Amino acid sequence: MVVAKPGLDGHDRGAKVVARALRDAGMEVIYTGLKVTPEQVVQTALDEDADAIGLSILSGAHMHLVPRLLELLKKAGAADIPVFVGGIIPTADADKLKAMGVAGVYGPGTSTDSIVEDVKRLAGAK
Amino acid sequence: MARVADALAARIAKGDRRAAARLLSYLEDRDPEGQAPYAELYRRSGRAHIVGITGPPGSGKSTLVNALVAGYRNVGRKVAVIAVDPTSPFTGGAILGDRVRMLDHAIDPGVVIRSMASRGSMGGVAPATYQAAVVYDAMGFDIVIVETVGTGQLESDIIRAAHTVVVVTMPGTGDEVQVAKAGLFEIGDIFVVNKADKDGADATRREIETMLSLGQFAHGWRPPVLLTVAVEGKGAADLLAKADAHFAHLKASGMHRTGEVARARHVILQELAENARERGRAALDGVAAGLVAEVASRKKDATTAARELQGLL
Repeated sequence: MVVAKPGLDGHDRGAKVVARALRDAGMEVIYTGLKVTPEQVVQTALDEDADAIGLSILSGAHMHLVPRLLELLKKAGAADIPVFVGGIIPTADADKLKAMGVAGVYGPGTSTDSIVEDVKRLAGAK
Repeated sequence: MARVADALAARIAKGDRRAAARLLSYLEDRDPEGQAPYAELYRRSGRAHIVGITGPPGSGKSTLVNALVAGYRNVGRKVAVIAVDPTSPFTGGAILGDRVRMLDHAIDPGVVIRSMASRGSMGGVAPATYQAAVVYDAMGFDIVIVETVGTGQLESDIIRAAHTVVVVTMPGTGDEVQVAKAGLFEIGDIFVVNKADKDGADATRREIETMLSLGQFAHGWRPPVLLTVAVEGKGAADLLAKADAHFAHLKASGMHRTGEVARARHVILQELAENARERGRAALDGVAAGLVAEVASRKKDATTAARELQGLL
């Protein structure tokens, strides 16, 4: 699974906590680090044959970054890769993202267990 | 079935990155789906220069690889990077973070980066790493860089897989002792003291040169010891030149040919061992589970048990 922090925000503790939880659940996590672009995330997912993509966005730019990423995935013929988004996402936006096809949206305080469970269930279901 | 495999191999040879990524996953999982396409691509491989980069953790290997890739791209060569990180022996999972240092190249069509978890391979190089290098070679990448876990264990697999082995250390940490213990002085073709802006860089270089002079130089190649500051890109051009020179030397001296023979032998044995281990594991989980109980309760020793298991398989 690719775990990425697209955009400009620099707070990566959350992403690292989730990455470690996924590793502890037996997954191989490709951590791309901070400030990656949607283009970089998609190419990474393709070359790494990722079963899922996790995005951590605390900057509020999710309604710009996520649709762009979904569009790039579609263009690359990779819309089958489930995308999970975590961070600061208002409920209304979360609903919109899910309607666009995002597999799960997780706000602050979500337990890593529930994220891991969802990812295991939906990732690699292609 | 053969038709499908050929089609996949053909698509990959033409440059289909997603198909290649999928095949690499099959190879990592030792999924039979991967066998036929791999066999086809293997026949088309053999052109790329495989460069292994190894050394203790923290020496800046990924940053150095990043600088090397930039250098190769500058002269129009296509580069594949396979970055190997350790699998947790407890959970079977892994965090593969070497890519973080190589973001510059993430969307350059002339560069592909693949992360691999070691998945328990003792040599520090995942079993499918060599196969991945073959696939990228068949796709037309000129250089395949394999970056491995720098645990200091004898990196025997990487010698066999690579044409040119680069050993990266840094000043002041006594790395030279680790390197010596790991046998890396015998296998390194090029030595790099990275973070050379730190104190002790020259001393470290001299120590390495001293250690090297105690050994013998196989076939006329004296390993150079270079100073780099990877984070600034300093020294990367020199490293590239030396890597090229080594590859040219292998070809001119006939060592390239003997190397291919040695590699072939090693990879066949590696495959054989992996197959045996897989079937052994399955048997111990199933029909031969009794053997495990006998060894655990001291009724039988493992050597005898293994011989019996061998007979069963």
